Amino acid sequence: MKRQELQVAALENGTVIDHIPSSKIFEVINLLHLEKVSTSVTIGINLKSKKMGHKSILKIADRFFTDEELNQLSVVTPNVSLAIIRDFEVVEKKQVKMPDELVGIIKCDNHKCITNNEPMQTHFHVLDKEKGILQCRYCNREVTLNDVKLI
Amino acid sequence: MVSNYADIIVMRHYLEGAAQYASEVSPVPIVNAGDGANQHPSQTMLDLYSIYKTQGTLEDLNIYLVGDLKYGRTVHSIITAMRHFNPTFHFIAPDELAMPDYYKMYCKKYNIKFFEHQDFDSHTIADADILYMTRVQRERFTDLEEYERVKDRYLLKKDMLFRARANMKILHPLPRVNEIEYSIDNTPYAYYFQQARNGLYARQALICDALGITLDDIKNDKTIIS
Ligand SMILES: [Zn+2]
Repeated sequence: MKRQELQVAALENGTVIDHIPSSKIFEVINLLHLEKVSTSVTIGINLKSKKMGHKSILKIADRFFTDEELNQLSVVTPNVSLAIIRDFEVVEKKQVKMPDELVGIIKCDNHKCITNNEPMQTHFHVLDKEKGILQCRYCNREVTLNDVKLI
Repeated sequence: MVSNYADIIVMRHYLEGAAQYASEVSPVPIVNAGDGANQHPSQTMLDLYSIYKTQGTLEDLNIYLVGDLKYGRTVHSIITAMRHFNPTFHFIAPDELAMPDYYKMYCKKYNIKFFEHQDFDSHTIADADILYMTRVQRERFTDLEEYERVKDRYLLKKDMLFRARANMKILHPLPRVNEIEYSIDNTPYAYYFQQARNGLYARQALICDALGITLDDIKNDKTIIS
């Protein structure tokens, strides 16, 4: 892609998260705690995309996330493209993978669950990655990914 | 904090998952004595022990669950606990208190055979090895007319037992209201009072296990007067 066609500024070093559904962009920002990042963050919303019609994109300068951090995105945006940029070049591409355990990310929808009544982290076991079935470690309630609420 | 005073904590709590959470933060063992609608494992242990004790095995039994199968935590636990022993279940309940779909799907997932009945008579229970009775409680019904209609349909009467298998035993988590006729108490089928006593043994065993005391430790303990 030529420089003048870029819809948002190029990145020298850092992480690009592309093909984010525009409705999910703020959830991604929250999940990665980008409000605490001190380097420059470029947010592009409702950009034209051949693949998706409209998409959103995040470019985070000088910040490289652990797989654990990135895999949390599987809860809201399992199909994003991740690229690690060094010296304006893509040096690594990654896919989001659903982890086996989700700690402190989603809420349990059982109001009698201990996690909704004590100052503690939630913890879900991922029972079925394809169907997106999760189970609360504490009250054993099962939820599907489509119905989960983020903390 | 309590763990400073005790070697073991047995807790009952209204919130679900409370015992699991306690076990993660407590330095001494936690025994879950019921956490909301979630689990009541010592009841399950004593039920399993009672089934084993009366049938000589846990394998290939016909287990009939009667009454409130919707809210009854004990009957749900029996299904999950018996999963490993090739049981055949019969669910006998009014529509409004029928076994939830979640547990029927659980049975299908693990190839557990089950049948559903609304009738409750001598024919329905003729092949039972275990007849597990529960209370049908008025406060579980949204429609009180429906309660009035079904409340006497799931009572066990002595004259329903004449086709029963010789080895059949009646269990009930107690307290009983009127779902088992009193005249059944002195028949060989009644096992609910021994079952309650088994609760003592099962809980003794659980506490010993949690404290790391083995059967050999007890057999070799010279301070116990037998
Ligand atoms: Zn929960």
